[in-house]
Amino acid sequence: MDILNLKLWELKTLIERKEISSVEITEKVISEIENRDKEIHSYLSVNPCAVKEAEEIDKKITRGEHIGLLGGIPVAIKDNICVKEMPATCASKILEGFFPPYNATVIDKIKNQGAIIIGKTNMDEFAFGSSTENSSFGPTKNPIDLQRVPGGSSGGSAAAVSANLCFAALGSDTGGSIRQPASFCGVVGLKPTYGRVSRYGLIAFASSLDQIGPITKDVRDTAIMMNVICGRDENDSTSVDITVPDYTGFLNREAKGLKIGIPDEYFIEGIDRGVKDKIIEVVEKMEDTGMVVKKISLPHTRYGIAVYYILGTAEASSNLARFDGVRYGYRTNDYMDLYQMYANTREEGFGKEVKRRIILGTFVLSSGYYEAYYLKAQRVCSLIKKDFTEAFKEVDVIITPTSPELPFKFGEKAEPLKMYLSDIFTVNVNLAGLPAISIPAGFVDNLPVGLQIIAPHFREDRLIEVASFIENCIKGA
Amino acid sequence: MEKNNLIKKEDVEYLANLARISLTEDEKEDLVKELGKIIEYVSQLSKVETKVTTGDISITNVFREDKVKNSTNTEEMISGAPDKEDNFFKVPRII
Repeated sequence: MDILNLKLWELKTLIERKEISSVEITEKVISEIENRDKEIHSYLSVNPCAVKEAEEIDKKITRGEHIGLLGGIPVAIKDNICVKEMPATCASKILEGFFPPYNATVIDKIKNQGAIIIGKTNMDEFAFGSSTENSSFGPTKNPIDLQRVPGGSSGGSAAAVSANLCFAALGSDTGGSIRQPASFCGVVGLKPTYGRVSRYGLIAFASSLDQIGPITKDVRDTAIMMNVICGRDENDSTSVDITVPDYTGFLNREAKGLKIGIPDEYFIEGIDRGVKDKIIEVVEKMEDTGMVVKKISLPHTRYGIAVYYILGTAEASSNLARFDGVRYGYRTNDYMDLYQMYANTREEGFGKEVKRRIILGTFVLSSGYYEAYYLKAQRVCSLIKKDFTEAFKEVDVIITPTSPELPFKFGEKAEPLKMYLSDIFTVNVNLAGLPAISIPAGFVDNLPVGLQIIAPHFREDRLIEVASFIENCIKGA
Repeated sequence: MEKNNLIKKEDVEYLANLARISLTEDEKEDLVKELGKIIEYVSQLSKVETKVTTGDISITNVFREDKVKNSTNTEEMISGAPDKEDNFFKVPRII
């Protein structure tokens, strides 16, 4: 048995039983990264203190002290989440050399539970993309098929979990950036409800949509990670004070009688035939086990991408104004005055897609266009939200494919709009602030297919319950 | 020139100035084409019938005690600055 193949919860048991030490497993993960990550490129940096931190955990175990829910377990972090004294580049040249002076709240939380931060993972620059091809430091490859992208923007995190180069990872999801790469890499990814997890220390992309969430090898591991990271934080006033249940209590339940909604609008022309058939196959299996399957309609689905690229870029253009060469990161050498310092720093520091989105965001907010684009998008957004509110009056969860397609090849979507459309089944969840999970549904042509489950606000418990049930059914089949 | 006239080169220059990004001529040309297509795509929203419904989400204010607390020290916060002097960020002459 290769210990790197173990699930987080399996490793946790071995560590607690002293069958393996945290130092052993940490060293093993690091040497595996040194060997195999040259090809996959899921990491941008590795924590030089990881082994030392693991030693501390081992000492605690020897002394018989509590080591926490993640005691001694190597966890990877997307490079837009601040970890003190480690780089946080957002895969952008503009943040090269930046070492955050504080930890994100989620980092404090997982470290308090004993996690070993093993390294920071690759991503599309500032989380702008769906393939990790927009990283300024080169793309990540999909461990399942190295000719293909791992999805994005949390492609490094998903690839690291899939390739057994960590036992769990954190990602961020603004329009599908946790769920789509999880789907492409054959792992589990959960985007929590807006407000469920603190974003303090997450480098902001679109503040009204961003959420941090876990990427793991199975649903139990997701439940464990959610137990650790959720909850109100006074440093993020959008985080909500709603009791966090023990999510592991919702595993392996008989989800019989639950009503599943299947929205017509997610099984349309243009979706990959294999993906569609696979999801329908799983849904039919659910129906056989006693779940009630109901056709529903989310009529404004098709406007999601347009709304998202207006609201998302508008917020991004404001959020990225802070990268000006004054307080941190890169500053150009080529300037005579303040204006040139700003403009040349940003020209040299930002990649192509980042400039494109900043300019687009500036356009939709500019005088004369604000009302036609930004305000209109907000209004349509409220219709998208209303679709879900109506649907959840009739069903408990909604099931869709996570992505309309299988993992695609590098360079296949050079056209920006084509890339934007790959988020079509995930963005509406962010626009409505809902929680959703992507779990592996099986393979088509040796490539993984992800199934997305969407629940009402703050019903991550129900997501875990249904996801665990489906996972068991697929395993048992 | 491009057949769509939604975005012209002058528009890109105007926006790049607002966003404080200097662009090369090639970048400007690419953006004229790409933004034109994206804006054409998002313009489909104009056909959606919407009442004036921006304020339908219940947003409540979040308050906290107005108490002084310790924060990260200045030296640490300023440590990553590209240019600094004492405890200040250093920038080119402004006035």
